[in-house]
Amino acid sequence: MSAIQTSQPVLLELCEQIASSAHPGEEIEAYASRSRETDIDVFDGAIASLTVAGSSGVGIRVIQDYRQGFAWAGSLDPDVIADALNEARDNAKFAEPDEFNGLVDRETANAHDRPELSLWDDRLDAVELDAKIAYALDLDRRVRGADPRIRNVESTSYGDGLVESALVSSNGISATNRRTIASASSVAIAGTTDDTQTGYGFSVGRTFEALNSDEILAMAVERSTRLLGAQQPNGRRIAVLFDPMVTASFLGVLSAAFNGESMLKGRSLFIDRLGEAIAAPAVHLVDDPTDQRSLGASPYDGEGVSCRANTLIADGIMQGFLHNSYTARRAGTATTGSAVRGGYRSTPGVGVRSLRLTPGLQSPLELAQPFAEVLYIQAVHGLHSGTNPISGDFSVGAEGIMIRDGAYQEPVRELTIASTVPKMLFAVTGIGNDTTYLPGGTVGVSLLIEEMMMSGS
Amino acid sequence: MLVDNEVCERVLGEALKRGGEFAEIFVEDRRATSARYDEGRVEELTSGRDRGAGIRVIVGESTGFAHTADLSEAGLLEAAKGAATAVGRGAAATKSVGRLVEQRASNRSSSTNKATLPETIDKGAKIALLQRADAAAREVSGAIQSVSVSYADSRRKIQIANSDGLSTGDDRVRTRFMVQCVASGDTGMQTGMEAPGRGMGFEFFNDFEVESIARTAAERSVSLLSAVPAPSGQMAVVLKRGAGGVLFHEACGHGLEADLVQRDASVFKDRIGTQVASELVTVIDDGTFAREWGTYDIDDEGQAAQRNVLIENGVLTDYMWDLVRARKSGRASSGNGRRETYRHLPMVRMTNTFLPAGDTDPDAIIRDTQYGIYCVQLGGGQVDTATGDFVFGVTEGYLIENGEITRPIRAAQLVGNGPQTMTLVDAVGNDFETWTGTCGKSGQGVPVSSGQPTLRVARMTVGGTAS
Repeated sequence: MSAIQTSQPVLLELCEQIASSAHPGEEIEAYASRSRETDIDVFDGAIASLTVAGSSGVGIRVIQDYRQGFAWAGSLDPDVIADALNEARDNAKFAEPDEFNGLVDRETANAHDRPELSLWDDRLDAVELDAKIAYALDLDRRVRGADPRIRNVESTSYGDGLVESALVSSNGISATNRRTIASASSVAIAGTTDDTQTGYGFSVGRTFEALNSDEILAMAVERSTRLLGAQQPNGRRIAVLFDPMVTASFLGVLSAAFNGESMLKGRSLFIDRLGEAIAAPAVHLVDDPTDQRSLGASPYDGEGVSCRANTLIADGIMQGFLHNSYTARRAGTATTGSAVRGGYRSTPGVGVRSLRLTPGLQSPLELAQPFAEVLYIQAVHGLHSGTNPISGDFSVGAEGIMIRDGAYQEPVRELTIASTVPKMLFAVTGIGNDTTYLPGGTVGVSLLIEEMMMSGS
Repeated sequence: MLVDNEVCERVLGEALKRGGEFAEIFVEDRRATSARYDEGRVEELTSGRDRGAGIRVIVGESTGFAHTADLSEAGLLEAAKGAATAVGRGAAATKSVGRLVEQRASNRSSSTNKATLPETIDKGAKIALLQRADAAAREVSGAIQSVSVSYADSRRKIQIANSDGLSTGDDRVRTRFMVQCVASGDTGMQTGMEAPGRGMGFEFFNDFEVESIARTAAERSVSLLSAVPAPSGQMAVVLKRGAGGVLFHEACGHGLEADLVQRDASVFKDRIGTQVASELVTVIDDGTFAREWGTYDIDDEGQAAQRNVLIENGVLTDYMWDLVRARKSGRASSGNGRRETYRHLPMVRMTNTFLPAGDTDPDAIIRDTQYGIYCVQLGGGQVDTATGDFVFGVTEGYLIENGEITRPIRAAQLVGNGPQTMTLVDAVGNDFETWTGTCGKSGQGVPVSSGQPTLRVARMTVGGTAS
């Protein structure tokens, strides 16, 4: 068994050294992270690949005379870091001054209490590699044999990561964080070569013990076999029921409209809509990184500001935008603790960590009950190509199952569903009771939208 | 050379100590710079540096992999041990490493030999391009509400050595320029984007005028302000040259990747030698396409890039292969083994995938179409290779009514099934253009291009909001 290791003091010291090299009149922020990962990919009952690796890197932001420069390096070697600091300083010289550029101060960072979150589980570090391999092999074998209609398994994977980070600025910010994550998944292939469907099952948690292979198995089997025999439907306007994973994707598109940077640059659907109805009264939307069940939970944001829950829509009424310190200064408001970094390779932008719809009381079928016919959407495709959070256009490929008479009926495929994001928000008639925590910045839940255009044959 | 051959030999020896049948070290040193201009000012300049090595060991059907940012011999030996331990189960070495023979006199590739390397260009000159593009976009119309321009270059030196005695390297330079505009009008906001990229250095800007890129993006956003909702249902789809290469990338390209075929995850499994598309369709994946976005001298397993004919006159001729899957099948790699960085394992990937020009006048294709849509720009797509169902989004499209291009339509998704759609190609033009993109697969993004002449698919399902 390996000893429990921690890199946080090392990362903190490294960031302190970088930040302390600030010249008079210069602000420096250093963010460093180190991760250790295991990835196992199983195919045909054997390990196809096994990766055991560590990564680390640093991102350095320099602000001088209101000019900002940035550089990153995928290494913690002193010579590489010294180069990165020089590059960041040089880059700042070529940027144009912006009076709103600046690092946050401690008062701003600590204006809200720092949430106490338990995002790290020591047990993950102690799990033997052989146990992880055995888990993945067993899961693959069980999915393969779970149902006579399962013809093959495209892949079964296990992955985990232990991520530690530190953030230090010459303005007195000093913070460390660490989190663990473990996940497993399997993609089942069902049917014959003339009628093939695939189904994805997964489980995710803070540690190995949290994974539930029964759930993965049941999900992969159900989602692949229930679509067998699917046909292209006739196009018509129809009520749709989003699977929790589809809702999470929809919230990902929607989140861009609440981004304070998009608002300032004139690229948000909701400019000048504060206090107005932008959704049906059933819609209550909040970004809550303080909910530690959420995989996006975090005690502080990408600038070291305490995270807090931010309500964006209450009873259908627009409540506000998300901000980092830069967009807040420009907008004449306070940061909402919503600075996000794409790792050490980027400066802190604005984003969501745990965007969720407040759940209702009904099951998915109960949500569908008022309608003669509802299209349940199991999965959507082409989100990045068919949706536009600026124009609001929303058109995606999909597959699913028709619901009539209170039950799931025939499966359908090769269809699109289309509307616009503003219309969809007003067409929400119900939110399910099945909150589902997923990797990424949004949380899943069943969602009923009373009308979209379904395109088919 | 990033790591001495003698060090590589010792590292490969360590990697083979636990019964490995094949070992490989992939070393990379990548520098990237980017600059973003937004709201009429230089918003950000970023420099990045990534340096490290990935080591893989193959035992039977299993691959052990480890990577490290530490390029010292000690660091590499530790990674080699990690990769060996991951799949070896205590067995002794059964294979030894031969003497590495470098197969390339210079580690500067054909692309960098011709290139004006980005590090030789002053940052101020790069910024000046951004300002010119911003001004040109704003001049297009008063409806242009915001303009975002970015410049990105990268230089990636790689070195590959394996236990077969291979020792080689490549030095790749890429440049891309992106303009995104938002236009505002009575109907709300619309966006327009144009983002060409090439396997070139700063001489890219001799071939591409930034003002022209900017005007294309700006005009696109303005034209969409008068767009009507896209139709829905099945209809003819005409793809303008360059716009629709992504159709073949999704409809058949991914399904012809040997790793997916071997996993029973492709509708094109067991179809070699059979008619899988209309006779008008020939699909080629060409890693040697002159200075394109997906071009390289050697792939990320050290195998020479090739021009591979995948479908010829509608008949499936071959899949795309990487080294490992080719070895298993007792054939040569097709030079399609690629990896995003040294932190990733290589897998079968496309390069520049295209359908060559036919002999029909593109205007005649439109005149010959009673009703349908004309796609000028696509926004990317996605496919489930096991079922063949794919989608792609139209970001600039028009209605075709009675053989004429009429009104612009709002963005919409198109869906189809690969093998079916491929048989429905019924007209291929005599023009040709390519499109720059990033292809994602199993969490890895690699630069690719796609290309095609103007062509028509007799019917596809268009996912608009109009009844």
